[in-house]
Amino acid sequence: MKNNKLKILTNGIIKENPILVLILGTCPFLAVTTQASNAIGMGAAVTFVLLCSNVMISLLRKVISDKVRIPCYIVVIASFVTLVQMIVKAYLPALDVALGLYLPLIVVNCIILGRAEMFANKNNPLDSALDAIGMGVGYTLAMLAMASIREIFGAGTWFGMAVPVLKDNNISIMTMAPGGFAIFGILIAIINKASNGKAIKKKDFSCEGCPSAAVCNGQNCAEKREAAAK
Amino acid sequence: MKELVAIVMAAILVNNYVLSQFLGICPFLGVSKKLDQAAGMSVAVIFVMLLATAVTYPIQFFVLNPNGLGYLQTIVFILVIAALVQLVEIILKKYIPALHASLGVYLPLITTNCAVLGVCISNVDNYLTATGGFAGGFVQAMFNSLGSGLGFLLAMVLFSGVRSRVDKCKCPECFKGMPITLISAAIVSVSFMGFAGIVENLLG
Repeated sequence: MKNNKLKILTNGIIKENPILVLILGTCPFLAVTTQASNAIGMGAAVTFVLLCSNVMISLLRKVISDKVRIPCYIVVIASFVTLVQMIVKAYLPALDVALGLYLPLIVVNCIILGRAEMFANKNNPLDSALDAIGMGVGYTLAMLAMASIREIFGAGTWFGMAVPVLKDNNISIMTMAPGGFAIFGILIAIINKASNGKAIKKKDFSCEGCPSAAVCNGQNCAEKREAAAK
Repeated sequence: MKELVAIVMAAILVNNYVLSQFLGICPFLGVSKKLDQAAGMSVAVIFVMLLATAVTYPIQFFVLNPNGLGYLQTIVFILVIAALVQLVEIILKKYIPALHASLGVYLPLITTNCAVLGVCISNVDNYLTATGGFAGGFVQAMFNSLGSGLGFLLAMVLFSGVRSRVDKCKCPECFKGMPITLISAAIVSVSFMGFAGIVENLLG
């Protein structure tokens, strides 16, 4: 039993890392990872929203009727995002400026709606909380890894501290848009190599990880699967 | 007039939503495999962006701001967009089934598309205090939405062309699928960096 709980917790960190394996929530991942400190801030904000919304949705899972569940989830998530926005604005104005538009956009982050749909509405609050913490930590670690690479090589600093040698020889494209795409691609390739391709085995954008699956009834994915079969 | 052209051009080329602001990455990577799907998705996005701005901007101006409810922005906007998308789908299904058949499947996916919510929020942030009161700001916001949508279309169409070639090529096993797609996206976005400053020079 205890083993099971541990499994739920570590699931999100390694085996189903939301970014590097499930490839969910990529927009803020690419956009705010120019500095390690922003990555930590964003990771913490997402983890908080994920934890609160997962617990809340899990508590309400018997109350919310199946037909209107997606709008209900969105309201719950949006409320917690507003809460985070207020807290960040009041206590961390610098982070508020750095994250800008991406803070309110946590609402449409696929990870949060995806976990609500895939996990929280089927499990008890404790398991949902553990799942949220695992996913949140996995998300934050992936963000931190990506941001560290981009900040160290792109700007020659880490958490704002200058890194010797690299400070004067920075590759500034790493902190720009193309660097984000390229490093993300390389990171996924490394994971593929390390796990011998087990991690992402033709899993790209399956219905499993797609929060819209419920509404689109797999129409899109079915088309894609047909196309892939040909 | 010049100002509006500048807004549209800047939104398409310089601040391209996908390639330089990282909004709407999920459909960009997910639905860009075939040209017709990419174009269909983009047209649906343009449509919803315009519609969402037309509804959310007045809500912010006339309802939220005068009553000091600015903090409800996130909740109100996402609900309005979700309701709007559902409504459009129902209307299309009933009255224009041909259009529903081609765009319908993409509409539900757009509800959770960050580009749509992003354009609504940035319009309110950037143009609400614009000179010319409500009408002036509203026109600018609508043109910005149009430009952002067209930029999304341009990025999707270009990338689906690139991708159809990339998918046929041999690449190292561990780069197959998503990694090589992201690397090609990086190269496409390098080309968009070349547009920096073009709008000021053309129209300034």
